Amino acid sequence: MTKNLLEIQALRKRYGSVEVLKGVDCTMQQGEVISIIGSSGSGKTTMLRCINMLEDFQGGRILIDGEPIGYEERNGVRVRKSEKEIARQRALTGMAFQQFNLFPHMTAASNVMLGLIKVKKMARDEARSVAEKWLERVGLGQRADHYPGQLSGGQQQRVAIARAIAMNPRLMLFDEVTSALDPELVGEVLQVIKDLAADGMSMLLVTHEMRFAFEVSSRVIFMNQGVIGEEGDPKVMFLKPQTERLAEFLKTSSFA
Amino acid sequence: MNEFLAFLDQVWLARFVILRGLGLTVSISLLAIALGSVLGVLVGLALTYGNRPLRFVVRAYTDFIRGTPVLVLVLASFYILSTIGIELNAFQAGVFALAVFCSSHVGEIVRGALQAIPPGQTEAAKAIGLTFSQTFTSVLWPQALRQMLPTWVNTAAEMVKASTLLSVIGVAELLLRTQEIISRNFMSLEFYFLAGLLYFAINYAIERFGKYVERKVSVPS
Ligand SMILES: Nc1ncnc2c1ncn2[C@@H]1O[C@H](COP(=O)(O)OP(=O)(O)O)[C@@H](O)[C@H]1O
Ligand SMILES: [Mg+2]
Repeated sequence: MTKNLLEIQALRKRYGSVEVLKGVDCTMQQGEVISIIGSSGSGKTTMLRCINMLEDFQGGRILIDGEPIGYEERNGVRVRKSEKEIARQRALTGMAFQQFNLFPHMTAASNVMLGLIKVKKMARDEARSVAEKWLERVGLGQRADHYPGQLSGGQQQRVAIARAIAMNPRLMLFDEVTSALDPELVGEVLQVIKDLAADGMSMLLVTHEMRFAFEVSSRVIFMNQGVIGEEGDPKVMFLKPQTERLAEFLKTSSFA
Repeated sequence: MNEFLAFLDQVWLARFVILRGLGLTVSISLLAIALGSVLGVLVGLALTYGNRPLRFVVRAYTDFIRGTPVLVLVLASFYILSTIGIELNAFQAGVFALAVFCSSHVGEIVRGALQAIPPGQTEAAKAIGLTFSQTFTSVLWPQALRQMLPTWVNTAAEMVKASTLLSVIGVAELLLRTQEIISRNFMSLEFYFLAGLLYFAINYAIERFGKYVERKVSVPS
């Protein structure tokens, strides 16, 4: 049996008194591409954000390569790890956001280089060549010295993906990375993700692009009201949904 | 025409007095802006990132200072500080008052600029593994600086104007010097006009400098 890359056990997350994740269990092997689908508000974003500790969570465990993320047991008490340790663990995953979140005062190359220099302690020249390599990979080799404000949405999102991937994460998290894009720019971003999948990158992606999820995923997770409603092979999930909920969700979605 | 020549004559006579006043005004302003900005950045950081008790104390400080007329601050630091054993001469007391005044405004500017940065910036920085201090120095502060530059320049110009209040406690800055000159030659209209022109020149220079820096650091889009 291969060791799990990601293991989520009974994950619970509350915002104030509202429980948003109500016990999520999930395991993932290296090289898997898992799409998370589900209606808005079902907890997809929250789940991704817990995995890289952008959100604290109150119950359960998340392990990457067997290493517990964010919290540890000390004398039987659950304590949050130090900020420094959490920062290190965050670099185990890469994340791309719906709103790109590029640093607007830095060129595309500098955006990619920042983590390499500050976190990976790479020399500037080396970081520059790594950044150029990844910008090349996402089709933006010619745009390395452009600022985000000089790039289209699709280009910005590709820079953001390059910025995350360049850190050489164990796992990539994509949160609806095409939702903020004009329709004609969606394709170029999805193509980049497809290429990464083909390279064997492990990824967890929240998406509303059902056709894309169907084509690219090795497994699909359907989130429903804070729990996993159904999961399995994309062919089964999309063509023969086992639950009423999923069948209903698919009817209202763009998958045709 | 004769009157204008007479004015120029008086200006020539008083040239060193005027220049000394101008020099003092510039020194007071620069010192107050520099000290006030350093203190103000600390105030802004405390307001943005401080824990609850610290925020409360600093908030009280800025609200109190901003609600007090600058003249009162100047008089208070000249007459009251000495009663609690802090002996400052008029120049020091005046600069202190202006710096305190400046810090409360800069503090607000810094807080506003930092809070205006979308949370996604911090999240993206966290997501690539940056610590808070790395995020602050590489991502947040450079953006905040650009954002607050224009308002900060305005505050600097306000400080120059506020420096005139130091004349009340006998600091021989440009306004007090002007009044001295007028008391000798009675050309009040002309010399007040000249003083006004000089203040305008200082603030014009500050504004041009601000615009220059703004252009220098502006991000292409
Ligand atoms: N910062 C927050 N504070 C309070 N409630 C939140 C916050 N973020 C998300 N929620 C709530 O948590 C639930 C799940 O949100 P989210 O994970 O964003 O759903 P999804 O990504 O599936 O649309 C929603 O009901 C949402 O309103
Ligand atoms: Mg979401």
